Amino acid sequence: MSADQIRQVILNILIRIAPDNDLSNLNDDVPFREQMELDSMDFLDIVMEIRKRYRVQIPEEDYTFLNTMASTVSYLLPRLQTATA
Amino acid sequence: MYDTIIIGAGLSGLAAGIRLAYYERPVCIVEKHTTIGGLNSFYRLRKRDHDVGLHAVTNYAKPGTKTGPLSKLLRQLRLRWEDFDLTPQCGSTVAFPGVTLRFTNEFSVLEQQIAEAFPAQIDGFRRLVQRVNDHDELNLAARETSAREIVCSEITDRTLVDMLFCPLMFYGSPTAHDMDFTQFVIMFKAVFQEGFGRPHEGVRLIMRKMVQQYRGFGGELRLRSGVQQILSENGRVTGVQLENGTVLEAKHVVSSAGSAETMRLCDVEPAEPEPYRPGAISFLETIFSLDCMPSDLGHNETIVFYNDSDRFVYDSPHEPIDLRSGIICSPNNFQYDKPLDDGRVRITALANPDYWMTLPQDRYVAEKEAWTQRIVESALRFMPDFRSHVVDTDAFTPRTITKFTSHFNGAVYGAPHKIRSGQTHLQNLFLCGTDQGFLGIIGSMLSGITIANLHLLKAN
Repeated sequence: MSADQIRQVILNILIRIAPDNDLSNLNDDVPFREQMELDSMDFLDIVMEIRKRYRVQIPEEDYTFLNTMASTVSYLLPRLQTATA
Repeated sequence: MYDTIIIGAGLSGLAAGIRLAYYERPVCIVEKHTTIGGLNSFYRLRKRDHDVGLHAVTNYAKPGTKTGPLSKLLRQLRLRWEDFDLTPQCGSTVAFPGVTLRFTNEFSVLEQQIAEAFPAQIDGFRRLVQRVNDHDELNLAARETSAREIVCSEITDRTLVDMLFCPLMFYGSPTAHDMDFTQFVIMFKAVFQEGFGRPHEGVRLIMRKMVQQYRGFGGELRLRSGVQQILSENGRVTGVQLENGTVLEAKHVVSSAGSAETMRLCDVEPAEPEPYRPGAISFLETIFSLDCMPSDLGHNETIVFYNDSDRFVYDSPHEPIDLRSGIICSPNNFQYDKPLDDGRVRITALANPDYWMTLPQDRYVAEKEAWTQRIVESALRFMPDFRSHVVDTDAFTPRTITKFTSHFNGAVYGAPHKIRSGQTHLQNLFLCGTDQGFLGIIGSMLSGITIANLHLLKAN
């Protein structure tokens, strides 16, 4: 998957787990938490959704890479290289 | 071999099940009863549908609200706001001798009422609200502290203290006289700050959506499947044996049966039974169907929490029923678009579990009827006389609650000591539901979610 495709996947996941947030103006370099209402339960869901869809395991110590859209995409890019969107 | 077996198809078990099924864990809910539901449930009698447990859904929030327990819950269960169809209340009261406080889903109404009725206390009340807001009630490691001590340190009028405790205890306290402060905060937010709502169809709708979601994600539900024993080897659960002898194997077991009730099912009992002491707070609830709407008689409150005495006493009474206080609920008095089919009044009062459990069957029915009449007479001091409009009556006691939920003593709010981590003496046996300690109908579902997330999804 390309970076753009991964970004779209993450957007879809965010829409799914937090449907009441407006994501149209999401800034990729600002932490998700500062732009929308996300708690630790929601972060677990991002991780779990990625695992469910692409069988990628994200260990808890790597959760910090999921802070912003940009860091999430660059973290996932090598891990989802062979996955199809 | 299941990943997880969940004991009990009530709201907490179904919520845990939805989380696990959504993430493709092989999961099975085993339920003793012939239908879903636990402490919140429903039944049909003489062609009328009734709710049990649910007077109102607490933690009300307007559709689209981004924070708070209800929003969190819907997101976690992948449900939409419409699914629960929550209609806000019309307004409720706490009625004590000489003073009544009204509250709605707008917190400022209660604040204003307190400022008018207790002007000397309003600053203290605001400080208390600040302490409530600052408290993290979701911290599973919080130490138990006396809510009464904290409330009394900010509010010096004993009547106001009792009036604040009255609805919170009636709607969620497993302990007499006092509450753990964390439990107080959960209930304060749920009842006063967020408020009440109800689906037009009642608890059935919520239960149905939950079970549809669970099955839709691939979860398995076995009704009429009471657990005989939780099986373990070397400190680890291996599965359960059902009452019909079937053995189901699982990597984990989550029990919503209650802490003491779950321990009784274990083949190896805990070395330290003390934390698993059952609760003893229960109620008798009377249900009246009317030939008119309660509002036709001038009764417009959603819930009335009443107390006729100088002090409000929340304890298991020495008498069969404590007639001094109670709860009047009218499921009609929510802001529905169309009225319910018939008028209903439910009146609930504290009951002595021992008395109702041990009463011989031949006296049980007569006693239930006699106390139903006494409860009504007591409640009529706080509402219009509706007796000439009654077309049907039913009542349930601690005995009924135990019969249908298997909770000891008919204890609707479970054990006095909550096991907030959900962990037990067996490594992979977890508790959810009322004895894990998130209170109310929304709390029960959050309990299932929290335990599933913490111990089953995150850990694996």
